[in-house]
Amino acid sequence: MNMNATVIGQVIWFALFVWFCMKIVWPFIGKALEERRQAIAEGLNAADRAKRDLAAAEEKVSASLDEAKAQSAEIIEAANRRASQIIEEAQAKAVAEGERLAAKAKAEIEQEINSAREQLRQEVSALAIAGAEQILKAEVDKGAHKQLLDQLAAEL
Amino acid sequence: MANTQTEYIQHHLTNLTYGKVAPGTESCSGSVYEQAQWIFAECPQELDGMGFWAFHVDSLFWSGVLGALFIFLFARAAKQAHAGVPSKFLNIIEVFYEFIDNQVKDTFQAKSKLIGPLCLTVFFWILLMNAIKLIPVDFIPGAAHWAGLEYFKYVPVVDPNITLSMSFSVLFLIIAFSIKHNGVKGFISSLTLQPFQSNNLLLQIILIPINLVLEVVGLLAKPVSLGLRLFGNMFAGEFVFVLAAAMMGYFQFVVAWPWAVFHLLVVPLQAYIFMILTLVYLSMASAKPEGAAE
Repeated sequence: MNMNATVIGQVIWFALFVWFCMKIVWPFIGKALEERRQAIAEGLNAADRAKRDLAAAEEKVSASLDEAKAQSAEIIEAANRRASQIIEEAQAKAVAEGERLAAKAKAEIEQEINSAREQLRQEVSALAIAGAEQILKAEVDKGAHKQLLDQLAAEL
Repeated sequence: MANTQTEYIQHHLTNLTYGKVAPGTESCSGSVYEQAQWIFAECPQELDGMGFWAFHVDSLFWSGVLGALFIFLFARAAKQAHAGVPSKFLNIIEVFYEFIDNQVKDTFQAKSKLIGPLCLTVFFWILLMNAIKLIPVDFIPGAAHWAGLEYFKYVPVVDPNITLSMSFSVLFLIIAFSIKHNGVKGFISSLTLQPFQSNNLLLQIILIPINLVLEVVGLLAKPVSLGLRLFGNMFAGEFVFVLAAAMMGYFQFVVAWPWAVFHLLVVPLQAYIFMILTLVYLSMASAKPEGAAE
């Protein structure tokens, strides 16, 4: 082993390379790795968050779907109820109208009967007077016997 | 290049050395250098004539190139780095980063801006320096020889200068971390007041030198073992490659290939061991001593 001044040269190399490594290599790679580590951590966090958000959204969707279903069922039921109500109302109305029409017809018939009866009565009283004139062959004072004749007509 | 197998092996394990030969050294051509002179050594006696002032040009060149490659790759990745989807290249670099970062976070309790980059540099740089030994032994020295360089040892970690200077840099950091986190007083007391303690003041004073010797040996053993472990493992591995090449020539792959496959394990393992021990030593240095008040 012959030790010589090579040692000096090698110590200088050693110091130089370590210094270079310390100044232009180590901090930059370390920084980049740290940044990447953080970026990955953020990415994973974001993915997690997105997953949670998705689950929440799905839950919300199913909830609103259920609500919508319930609502529509309610609406359909209400509509059904309303329809049957309308039918019932219409039926009642129709019955009432029928009855009303029937009553009206009946009243009209009654009126017709009454007026016919009145007419008949008058005609009968005229006929009775004429008949009585004929029978009595005498002048009968219409005025004097009017009360009698009216009474007679009323009795018809 | 070399004629006998021994010479071949020795030749392969000799660095391209640029150094100052002492006066009176015999040159390769047989003449004698009158005065000290900076030359590239071209034969063993010139190498022997060099003292401390000699540089292993090949080791320094390759460790510099591979360190620069490391910085280039990682700086490119650092430039591209962003929080979005990473490219494949960036991905690979980030794997290394995270691997080191996790080790540091698991082991190192105190706060330090230096420890992460230090561990990354140590690991990846040594990984690269180890890995080029997987290039067949004669490719690069052959090219160097063709270019006119006599010796060329291209695996920097097979040079103890390289591994020990790195591990002694770690020793320097151990001391620096220790002082930074526990103060000068804490550092000195960690060297002198353990492992033997006494309530008797006189006895304690006697124990201090004993403690000092033990602790200093312990402290020095860390970088020495760190550097020699890497050197030893890599030297042994390289030696087998060179031996295979020396003994079997063109059929060296019979041995070299399985050995290289085995080294696919050894190469990252040794880099990892160097890095993790650096980390452990530094976290021990920066930790509060047991029982110390905050």
